[in-house]
Amino acid sequence: MNFKKILPQLLTLVVVILVFVFFSYNAQVNMENRGITFGYGFLSQESSFDVQFSLIEYDGSHSYFRAYLVGLLNTILVSVIGIVFATIIGVIVGIARLSSNYLIERTAAIYVEFFRNIPLLLQIFFWYFAALRALPLPEKAEPIFGVFFLTIKGFFVPAFVWNNLDIFIYSVIAAIIAIVFVRLYAKKKQENQGIQTPVLSISIGLLIILPLLSFFLGGVDASVEIPVIEQLSKTSFTFKGGLKLPPELISLALALSLYTATFIAECVRAGVQGVSKGQKEAAASIGLTPNQVLKLVVMPQALRIIIPPTTNQYLNLTKNSSLAAAIAYPDLVLVFAGTALMQTGRAIEIVSITMLTYLTLSITISIFMNWYNKKIAIKEK
Amino acid sequence: MNKLNFLSPDKNNLYAYLYSGIGLFSLSILIVFLNSFFSLDLTSFLPGTISYFLPLILGFMGLHLIRIEYSGVKFLEVINKNINTNKFNALLSLLIIFAVIKSLPPLLSWFIIDANFAGDSKDACSGSGACWAYIKTWFNRFMYGMYPNAEQWRINLSFIALAFLGGVGFFATEKFKKYLTLYYVVVYPIIAFLFIFFFISGGPIFFDFSYGIIAAVISIIIGFFIPSKFKMYYFLIIPITIYILLKYVFFYEELIELGKIQAFEWVETGAWGGLSLTFIVSFFCLIFCFPVGLFLSLGRRSDLPIIKYISIGFIEFWRGVPLITVLFMSSVMFPMFLPEDMFIDKLVRVIIAISLFEAAYVAEVIRGGLQALPRGQYDAAKSLGMGYWKMHIFVILPQALKLVIPGIANTFLALVKDTPLIFVVGLLEIVGMLNLAKTNPEWLGFAMEGYVFASIVFFIICYAMSKYSYNLEQKYKTER
Repeated sequence: MNFKKILPQLLTLVVVILVFVFFSYNAQVNMENRGITFGYGFLSQESSFDVQFSLIEYDGSHSYFRAYLVGLLNTILVSVIGIVFATIIGVIVGIARLSSNYLIERTAAIYVEFFRNIPLLLQIFFWYFAALRALPLPEKAEPIFGVFFLTIKGFFVPAFVWNNLDIFIYSVIAAIIAIVFVRLYAKKKQENQGIQTPVLSISIGLLIILPLLSFFLGGVDASVEIPVIEQLSKTSFTFKGGLKLPPELISLALALSLYTATFIAECVRAGVQGVSKGQKEAAASIGLTPNQVLKLVVMPQALRIIIPPTTNQYLNLTKNSSLAAAIAYPDLVLVFAGTALMQTGRAIEIVSITMLTYLTLSITISIFMNWYNKKIAIKEK
Repeated sequence: MNKLNFLSPDKNNLYAYLYSGIGLFSLSILIVFLNSFFSLDLTSFLPGTISYFLPLILGFMGLHLIRIEYSGVKFLEVINKNINTNKFNALLSLLIIFAVIKSLPPLLSWFIIDANFAGDSKDACSGSGACWAYIKTWFNRFMYGMYPNAEQWRINLSFIALAFLGGVGFFATEKFKKYLTLYYVVVYPIIAFLFIFFFISGGPIFFDFSYGIIAAVISIIIGFFIPSKFKMYYFLIIPITIYILLKYVFFYEELIELGKIQAFEWVETGAWGGLSLTFIVSFFCLIFCFPVGLFLSLGRRSDLPIIKYISIGFIEFWRGVPLITVLFMSSVMFPMFLPEDMFIDKLVRVIIAISLFEAAYVAEVIRGGLQALPRGQYDAAKSLGMGYWKMHIFVILPQALKLVIPGIANTFLALVKDTPLIFVVGLLEIVGMLNLAKTNPEWLGFAMEGYVFASIVFFIICYAMSKYSYNLEQKYKTER
């Protein structure tokens, strides 16, 4: 009987190995014919191409590895922005879909049906080529609240100019650590003595006071730099100073968050509906206030249903951010698998690095979310 | 006579509150309506800010006045229950109503009133509205891509024929119902492929692959007459034998030469495009990804460690990378892995890549269904003496697949929505064609119309699919 178990495994293994051998043999032959040698040494060579938008200092004299980092950081940037906004919109819409108000429920439902049934790529194109192209030129832009400028060349916002930024960041980190300790202490106190501590107000206080202290004692200083219009030539204007968000980033983040929010909204709705009514009634009957019912009874149970599918949506968003290549937002795929691949012709190395990077990103997010999921799961004794 | 207290309306003076409330509410809507449709400003005598918020205040007061509990008036109860439960809800309802009224005129004028329908050049579009003449002129390109105009009937005919053949299941009598699965899984895909290859592509009758197809068809036909006891061995041996016989024994040069005659003009896959390409790609990916995903999911739950870990690795790999990199791989990296004289068409490579990618997702969905089945089902099947395949085919899969219909439908929906990505390898389906049309110097500046058109097309397709899957789910919902 053992034979019946070993044979299929052996066959599969042989097939897989044969396929691999076949592929690698061909790859070797092909590369020899083209005179390329396999290796990752090219990463340290000078890249000699420029990237429009980068978070770290970069120009053509830097290495391919640096270009890779630029792309990776841009991918992470747009994913984080997308995740934050998608979560906010998704939660609001998800709750709106549960509203007893017919108009609100319908509006949310129409939004969900509409945005989830249109391909993401089409939405990105729409925002980039149709909607954002309808914005005014820099010289004609009307300021929003006097300091923001929404133009065809991008969104110009005031930037902070910091002195001793590091001390400020340390103070924020210190505040966060303090909040964690306060929470732990409050939990212990409640378990031992049954006394509740107002954790939320203490945390907010800490988060305001510590950074404020850093301003007075740590010599931190911040001033705001407002974008000012500047004439480049007779007909060309731009804004100087402040922070420029390129239209590629805006349309990509907009499309990603609006699209993913529809899926998150459905997760939220399913999660809240999944908590049985009896739970809420039981909580109310032991004298918890409506806020406490939501915080202590409904949300912990709903989160258990919401988190796993939402994690999947975050992963999808991160992977979908690669569509950036379509509108020339310099993300990992465009910079590395696009420009760098064209220049070096090293298809196997570059595509494998790109895929491995996305695999690592996905696995990191899913490990973190699994850990969090396990932490809040019901601990049955 | 009871005292009127407008701060807390009750049912004693029901009609006084009701009429004043409805009056205020209607007035607020009238103001917004006139303002947005006829740009009449009834409240211009008031200072700016107040005039701006006046409808909101009036409507809010009106809704407050009609928020009367147990009034006994039916339509009032309905209104109160649905849009007017408390102050916050009343405010939100008002905002939504006003937003709809405000946004209707510009939308209507853009879509219909100021839009241009006639004409065949850019000059025809002078109005401020949409230029539907642009869509009309480019309609053929959006549907068929660069496919020659004179040959487009071939695509239409194939699609109509395939739709008919696909709809056979609805008309099948009880007697044929049991062959339907076989038909859809084996016969229909082959017919579809032949249609696409001979008709749309205009390929020669004999090509490398046709031996395989003929072998498969002959062996299936003979297969009906083989006792089921030997069927397994039969299907392992006979197709390969027929293939070898065909290729090496009945090898007539004259026959091959005869077969090279083409009935239709050959159209490169590079020229295919538009919505028809969307359909072709999603159709074939859908056909291929389901069986692959099924085997992967079974592999992942297998007791045999090597098969299990290979399946897990395969699934997690495809699920972890974005589709765009997979397409990059299929276009720039995959040719490196093939022998130099071997060439696989771009479209075929894309279809294989998307199928493998979606198969990983299908596998996870099916695994969910397999896990949801109670252990008792497996035990019961085993206790009847069923082997692994018998157990899965007759007991486990029919139940598990029923459970995962919505999940699979969602995956297919995602597949359809992912097809525009094939622009990466240079194939232009509808979105790609839009981008091409947009850059045409004679038709600059109509990006919006194109995207709105494509959005409507995709919305109709995807919405219909999701509604259909919902119906299927309801139909197959069995009590457990």
